[in-house]
Amino acid sequence: MLSWLLRNVFERLILLVIVSIMAHAVVHLAPGEPSEVDPTNPRMKAEDVARIRAAFHLDDPVHVQYAYWIRDLATGELRSFKDGQPVLAKIFDRFLNSLPLFAVATLLVWTLSFPTGIHAAIRRGSVFDRGSTFVAYALISVPGFFLAYLIIMFVVNQLGAPVIGMRTFGTEQASVWFQIMDRIWHLTIPACLSALGGIAILSRYVRAQMLEVIGQDYVRTARAKGLGEEQVVYKHALRNALLPFVTMFGLLLPGMIGGSVIFEQIFAWPGIGRLGYDAILARDFPVILTVNLIAAVLTLAGTFLSDLLYAWADPRIRLA
Amino acid sequence: MSAHTSPAFGSPAALAWRALRQDRLAVCGLAFLALLTIIALLGAACTNFVPAFDPTTVRLTDKLLPPFAYASDLVASDDLPALGQYFLGTDELGRDVFSRMLQGAVVSLSIGFVAVGISMIVGIFFGAVAGYFGELSWLGLSLDTVLMRFTDAMLCFPTFFLILTVVALLPASIYNIMIVIGLTSWMGTARFVRAEVLSLKDRDFVIAAHATGLSSWRIVTAHLLPNAMAPVLVSATVGVASAILTESALSFLGFGVQPPDATWGNILADGKTFIFDAPWLFFVPGVAILLVVLAFNLVGEGLREALDPRRAER
Repeated sequence: MLSWLLRNVFERLILLVIVSIMAHAVVHLAPGEPSEVDPTNPRMKAEDVARIRAAFHLDDPVHVQYAYWIRDLATGELRSFKDGQPVLAKIFDRFLNSLPLFAVATLLVWTLSFPTGIHAAIRRGSVFDRGSTFVAYALISVPGFFLAYLIIMFVVNQLGAPVIGMRTFGTEQASVWFQIMDRIWHLTIPACLSALGGIAILSRYVRAQMLEVIGQDYVRTARAKGLGEEQVVYKHALRNALLPFVTMFGLLLPGMIGGSVIFEQIFAWPGIGRLGYDAILARDFPVILTVNLIAAVLTLAGTFLSDLLYAWADPRIRLA
Repeated sequence: MSAHTSPAFGSPAALAWRALRQDRLAVCGLAFLALLTIIALLGAACTNFVPAFDPTTVRLTDKLLPPFAYASDLVASDDLPALGQYFLGTDELGRDVFSRMLQGAVVSLSIGFVAVGISMIVGIFFGAVAGYFGELSWLGLSLDTVLMRFTDAMLCFPTFFLILTVVALLPASIYNIMIVIGLTSWMGTARFVRAEVLSLKDRDFVIAAHATGLSSWRIVTAHLLPNAMAPVLVSATVGVASAILTESALSFLGFGVQPPDATWGNILADGKTFIFDAPWLFFVPGVAILLVVLAFNLVGEGLREALDPRRAER
């Protein structure tokens, strides 16, 4: 067990190093540099560009720049090219903003997908099954921002309520209670929107998994014993169908960064996805690289967690 | 689905085709895609050679006209749209949305197909090499380890963020977008092709093929890969759908295909500015993308069911 843990952590650390080198190479070898973001600016003289390049170590060979990046990251000295703020603090601020969005969306996905999927599987071929299948496909197929605009239009036109941003502008003087409710309202729509795609996908998985299990011999045996339908479905079938989802739980973590760019952009939500997007626009290499690296860390932590959870949930698996 | 009246015989492809035809949604999707391909090809010819369908004709007198509006008298006779009518309205420069959608159809579909083509080639190549030649080693690292660790590393990147980074840094062009989407989506294919090759390469028929003196290359391409094609086909179909969605998301953020090339993604992204004044500029491309992606997903799901080897047992 311990050797398994150590070996796994070690393998993942090596993978992380590979990822960081790849990310660094992609960002630095592609054309486009921070000093070129505003080439038409008449106040930028050649010596200014040279000074900027020197300050950001852009004239050094790529592997030296990589060493600088890792050193600064490790000592917490890494600063954004754009505004000179420490990168880690900046990312952490934005992370705190993204967290509620992510948490509510995840909660919605996991609480709504299971009933939908199970119900569709038990009544295979029913109106509910076919209807939910079709809605799920429509939700998977719709461009996210198209749907978001439709919903924003509907809410703004029909309810006349503001939806953009983390809170309503100009409510700083309002009571605490009002402010809390305002925050929750502003959280609701982006969270629901980011949850919709997840619900569509996960409920399909649940349905497929349940169908798989319902055809097994032990479910037939349970029925043959004369158990009630309730007990057959929830005690015998569902418990066995749940196993793969234990692993999916660990894979949730990285979704926090990758999936949020579009919705955070639409809703002007100052989260981590938008930070990354702004950094890309500004060629802010330290922020781009660090966001990428954190995403990689989350992915690796997620797979590690899911391996552990799987071994814990499935007695057939031994960690050796 | 054990209630087949016809006896189950024929080649695997014929069986799968028969199963696919049972799936009404998949058949609808397939018919829609076939129709769309024809329209897109005809449209490509029309938009290039017929002046009435020229998507770049600017008619400033006919800005933001609703669908089915007739061209005004002020438009020069050379610039008139087909039948003097704008079937899907005009945009903020008086360009015919119908012509732009026709032009965009080819571009959007080819982005999907080329991106998926690239990702399948890379994925199949990596998977086959890692699976069949994985034991070759160099400096104590086997080829399998190297390729699969590289695949794992690629999987660690947040895909959309990576695409965004690269597309933003590279000069914007259709080809770069196709290549970037293709090169960031091959990992799943590589993994299951490798798994399939690994599970097959010690079977008797492969050993027999070896004994007859076939080259490794021929064994892989003629005997192993055809057996791994079913999941590749499914993931390619679904991959086209997600490539089209990715392109539209990139367009929304301003990194998509740049004007004057029209794709459904950038027509939609431009249309969002006029969502209240000219909703057709937003709804026409939005619904078109929805339908195409839906069709690809339904066909993909139909194929998954039809090609599932366990299907006969159900």
